Amino acid sequence: MVPGARLVVRPRPRAGRGVRRVDRVGEALLFGLCVLAALAVTAVIVDIAYQLVHGAQPAIAKYGLGFLSDSAWKPNFHIFGAAPVLYGTAVTSAMALLMATPIGIAIGLYLSMLAPRAVRGVVGPLVEMLAAIPSVILGLWGILVLAPFVRAHLEPWLHAHLGALAIFGDPQTSGSSVFTAGLILTVMVVPIIASVSRDLFLTVPQELQDGAAALGATRWEVVRGIVLPSTASGVAAAAFLGLGRALGEAIAVTQVIGAGSAVHANLFATGDTLASRIASQFQGAIGKLHIAALFYLALILLVFGVFTNLLAQWIGHRFDTRTAVAR
Amino acid sequence: VSAAEIDFTAPLTASGNLRRRRVVNLLAESVATVAAVAAVAVLGIVVAGVVSRGAHAISLDFLTKDPPLFGGPGGGIAPAIVGTALIVAVATAIAMPTGVLVAIFLTEFAGPRAGRVIRLALDVLNGLPSIVIGLFVFGLLVAGRHQSGLAGSLALAIIMVPLIARASQEMLLLVPQHLREAADALGVSRWRSIVGVVLPAALGGIVTGTVLAVARAAGETAPVLVVCSIFGNQVTVDFFGKAIPNIPVSIFTLSQAADASAFTRAWGAALVLLTFILLANIGARALLARSRRRITR
Repeated sequence: MVPGARLVVRPRPRAGRGVRRVDRVGEALLFGLCVLAALAVTAVIVDIAYQLVHGAQPAIAKYGLGFLSDSAWKPNFHIFGAAPVLYGTAVTSAMALLMATPIGIAIGLYLSMLAPRAVRGVVGPLVEMLAAIPSVILGLWGILVLAPFVRAHLEPWLHAHLGALAIFGDPQTSGSSVFTAGLILTVMVVPIIASVSRDLFLTVPQELQDGAAALGATRWEVVRGIVLPSTASGVAAAAFLGLGRALGEAIAVTQVIGAGSAVHANLFATGDTLASRIASQFQGAIGKLHIAALFYLALILLVFGVFTNLLAQWIGHRFDTRTAVAR
Repeated sequence: VSAAEIDFTAPLTASGNLRRRRVVNLLAESVATVAAVAAVAVLGIVVAGVVSRGAHAISLDFLTKDPPLFGGPGGGIAPAIVGTALIVAVATAIAMPTGVLVAIFLTEFAGPRAGRVIRLALDVLNGLPSIVIGLFVFGLLVAGRHQSGLAGSLALAIIMVPLIARASQEMLLLVPQHLREAADALGVSRWRSIVGVVLPAALGGIVTGTVLAVARAAGETAPVLVVCSIFGNQVTVDFFGKAIPNIPVSIFTLSQAADASAFTRAWGAALVLLTFILLANIGARALLARSRRRITR
């Protein structure tokens, strides 16, 4: 040490009181904002339920649960019942699900097991792109391109060959029918089921598949014996997700279903669904009761939507725990 | 089967049973392939349909002029383009911070129970029919008052939040734990390490999620139809008190009309919207692949 120099021990500024205060404030601020955002999400769900019940109140007070089974919908006479749209929703969704589930699973199998790597990288995103087409554009295409085609070729053919079944009755419309709506919904639901089931099939352990193949199983037997059984609940969850989408689609269905108000067994007649009835009548609603009745429909839709969603979650969760145990 | 019954000299060809299994297998493989081809074909047919019918509606006038005052041919959809941009921009300004904050809450702060509740809430919100959200915003902001651009933005924001939150959360979970530990070891406080280290590392994925949500919101029709659909031919300055013209509702209204020139305008507007959405999707996918590679390397 240099002689004469004094060692001064100066108290170092303690890791900054100010800095620590900044940290305290920053920490609290970020945490607070995050909690606030999370609370906002839950609050919105609760408020959605409240607003729909509130909006539907006049109709609930007047009809109660009988609304679900009343079949007359005459806004001019202030008579409202949901039975025909419930029927229309059930028919279109069932049709979409019956067609989309096998197709979606088949695409999932193709993408996860058959397609060469390069093809997989192209076809996978293209299938998901199908889900990105806005429903209003799909509906526009449906009403101007698909519906005339369906009316000119598909409906007469089905009627001629399978006309014995009541659902394939006489084509009655210019193409805007429950059948066309079901086709459009199928196009919307397929990509959902396809991409979820592809991801599921990719999680099936390769050694199980190899083992089956080594025992002489063909690819299809591997799928039937190993892949499908071990992912069945996940696939069911995917189908429920698709069902939720089909139940709630408003715009495209409004454009192609023809806004009928009667219950027909014939798919080639017009109809209406919960969501499409709201979309087509809300703007021109006459009177408070009419709006309340439409809110009531939305409330039913909310219940269906939450129910299918939770069911899908629950089934999917069971799938998670089961595979976790298996590993 | 005893060994004596097997004819060891028989040629090694498929027996009837094996042949049947091979045929079944071939059948199953072809069905799967045909399904995939059909899905891509439907995409191709729809896009080609929109392009071929919309292309001759598109012109500089179509993109920059107002619609004709009393219907009929001519005119453009400029106000709808501007209006959609405005509504979606405001929706993004609401949804992006909310979504990212929810994602940070889930990955950095929430315990298992709170996390499960919020994740469930996001899934439920994501699965709600969009028309239900439209009616909710109608009850909240429009009933007894006026339709407004803000109401449209809020409805779209509610649709966007779960999408952005989900994408951000996935990306935040991909940020390597050692980055956080390194920041901790340097004595960096938690909020600084989140804001300064974790978020920037996940930025690519967050932007991707936001772009995809914007693409989804731009085409959403049902909620906007309920809360922001009675509009004139101009974008008004009164964002909070008047409905703003927008593309999806324009397409819907034009598709319900029964005249050929309306259909032509609808196809043109559909082409504009579809081009934007498909480009946004392709761009987001490319960006996501890149940022995933960078973050996991």
